[in-house]
Amino acid sequence: MTAAVAFEQVSCAYGAVLAVDRVSLEIREGEFFTLLGPSGSGKTTCLRMIGGFQFPTSGRVLIHGADATRLPPYERDVNTVFQDYALFPHMNVRDNVAYGLMVRGVDRAGRYRRADEMLELVHLPGMGARRPSELSGGQRQRVALARALVNRPRVLLLDEPLGALDLKLRESMQVELKALQRQVGITFVFVTHDQQEALSMSDRVCVFDRGRIEQIGTPEEIYDRPATRFVAGFVGAGNLLEGAQARALAGSDAPVMLRAERIRIAARGDAAGPGRRAVNGVVKEVEYLGAFIHYIVEVAGGTQMLVNQANQGEGAAQRNFPRGAEVTLSWMDAACHRIGAGAG
Amino acid sequence: MSAALAAAAPGAPLRRISSYLYGRRGLYLALLLAPPLLWLGVVYCGSLLALLANSFFGMDEFSGMVKREFTLRNFVELAAPANLDVMVRTVTMAAAVTLGCAVIAFPIAYTMARYTRGALRAAFYLGVMLPLWSSYLVRVYAWKLLLAKEGVVNWAFAQTGMSWLLEALLAVPGIGGPSLSISSLGTFIVFVYIWLPFMILPIQAALERVPQSLIEASADLGARDAATFRKVIFPLALPGIVAGSIFTFSLTLGDYIIPGIIGDSSMYIGQVVYLQQDTAGNVPLAAAFTLVPITVMAVYLAIAKRMGAFDAL
Repeated sequence: MTAAVAFEQVSCAYGAVLAVDRVSLEIREGEFFTLLGPSGSGKTTCLRMIGGFQFPTSGRVLIHGADATRLPPYERDVNTVFQDYALFPHMNVRDNVAYGLMVRGVDRAGRYRRADEMLELVHLPGMGARRPSELSGGQRQRVALARALVNRPRVLLLDEPLGALDLKLRESMQVELKALQRQVGITFVFVTHDQQEALSMSDRVCVFDRGRIEQIGTPEEIYDRPATRFVAGFVGAGNLLEGAQARALAGSDAPVMLRAERIRIAARGDAAGPGRRAVNGVVKEVEYLGAFIHYIVEVAGGTQMLVNQANQGEGAAQRNFPRGAEVTLSWMDAACHRIGAGAG
Repeated sequence: MSAALAAAAPGAPLRRISSYLYGRRGLYLALLLAPPLLWLGVVYCGSLLALLANSFFGMDEFSGMVKREFTLRNFVELAAPANLDVMVRTVTMAAAVTLGCAVIAFPIAYTMARYTRGALRAAFYLGVMLPLWSSYLVRVYAWKLLLAKEGVVNWAFAQTGMSWLLEALLAVPGIGGPSLSISSLGTFIVFVYIWLPFMILPIQAALERVPQSLIEASADLGARDAATFRKVIFPLALPGIVAGSIFTFSLTLGDYIIPGIIGDSSMYIGQVVYLQQDTAGNVPLAAAFTLVPITVMAVYLAIAKRMGAFDAL
C-alpha cells in the first residue's frame, strides 16, 4: 500500500538555521500519526511541508505516492486545523465551514447543507449563524475541525490544536478526536509537544529533536523501549542510569532507562521478593500528587532515583513514606531497558 | 529598611498627594481629563457652535456689519446655482481623490504589511511619513513646477513620445486645461499625493492585523491567491480603507490652498469660505458654507459606521 505521506531525505532551512535535517518517514493510510518534540524541534515545519505552506530546501515530499514537494496548498488533497484555528472573523460559522466548498464553486444551498452536516459531526448543531468571536475556545476548535473536513481530505493535519484549551477540555477533546478519526477513517497527522497527548491518541509516534527523527514507533515502543537518551528523557518520567551507575544498579555497560513507576518502594528490611534487584536508600523529597506520590530517593553511591508510587491510601499494604525515611527500592531486571549504544 | 521607609513616608508632600489620590480614582480621572475636556469642550465645540450661530445671522448691506438677528437668508443664498456648482465640484473632487488614494495606497500598504519587516519596514514608514514632516506649501509649489508646461512631467511625456496622450487628457472638458498645473487633473494629482500617507497608514494597520494563518487557511481550503484576496484579505482591509477615506475625503472637502495654487480658476468650498470671511467680510455666509462639509462628513461617517469601519478601533 502506498504511504499517505512520505518524506525522502527532506531538509528545510530558515536562513542559516536547519529546522529539519534529512528526515525520511512514511505515514500509513488511515493511521493516527503524531509528530512529537519540544518547540523548535522541526515537527511543525514538517507539518507545514505536508500542508504546502513551507517548501523543503532539499528532498521530496510524496502525498499518496505523487510528488507534492513544491505543490501549492490549494493543489493538495490535505487540510489543516491551525494552532490558532484561523477562523475567518468576518464570516459566520456556517460560511467558515463552507469556505472550502465556496471556493470550489459549490452552490449556496449545497454547501450550506454540507456545512450543517459537518457541524453536526463535531457536535455543534445549530451554531451556523454565530460569529467565531462569540464561541468558546473549544467550540472554535470544533469549527476549525469541521472546516478542515468539509472538503473530504484524505489527510488531516492538526497543528497543536489542543494547546490553547484547559486541561479538562483537552482530555475530552483527545477522546473525541480519536473517535472522530475512527469515524471518518482518514489519516490524521498530529503535532504536539505534549507526550501524554501523543501516547494516548496515536497509532504511531515520531519523536523529533533538533530537526532529526529520534524514534518512530507505537506508543508502547516509544515508552517502554526508547531508542535514544533523548526519547527516554522526553517521554514519561524515569531514571536514566549511565556509566558506573548503570553498572552498579543494573549490571549494564550501556545506559539504562528505569521507569519511576516500575520501582517498588518499601520499608528498610522488607523482603524484596524473588527475581528483584534491591538497593537501600533514604527519601530526600516527597511530592504528593493525589493519585501518585513522587519520591526522590538517594541510594548508595549518591545516585538520586525518581520513584513513582500509586497512592493506595491509609490502611493499605503499601505505605507512604515521609522525608528522611530509610527505604529499600526494588525492581525486576526486565524493567531496565538498555538504550542502544550507537544512538543518543 | 523600616527606618528608611518611616523617614520618607510622612514628610514628602508629593507622596501624600499620591496616597490621597490612590483611593480616589474618580478625582484622579477628573484631574487627568479636565485640561483636554476644557480644550475640546470650550475651544473646539464652542467655536463650532459659534459658527453655527453665525450662519443664522445677517449682514447689513450698507455698513457691511454683521446683524445679530435670526435669518435663513444665508441658506437661501447657498442654494444659488453658482454655489451648488462649487459644492458638487468639491464633493466630486473629494470622492475622486479618495478613490485615487485608495487605489495607489493599497499595494504600498499591502507590501509593507506582508512583505517587509525590520529595517525595510522602517524605510517604508519613513518614506510614507517623511513628506508629512516638510512644509505643505513647499510640496504644493514643488508640484506646481513639476506639472507646469515647462516642467519635468511635460518633458518626460515629450521625451517618450507620449505628448499626444497628455494633450488628449488635457483636452477633456472639465478636467483639462492649458497645462497640468492649470487643470482639475493637476489639482487631483496633487491632492492624491498630499493625502496619500493618510490612506496608506490605516490600510497598512488593518492588513497587519490579518494573521498569516488566515491566508494559509484560505489556500489550504483550496482558494487560489485571487480568491484569497477577494474573500479574506480585502474584506478584512476594508475597515482600514474606510478609515483612510475619512481622512482623504474630509481633508479634500476643507482644503483651500491646493486648488488656489494648482488648477483652473474654478472654486472649491474651502476657497469660497476663505473669500467670504476675508475679502468679502461676509462671515455669516462663510459660516453657512462651512456647514456643508460638516454635513457631508456627518453623512459619510454614518455610512462608514454602518459598514463597520469603527468596529476594529
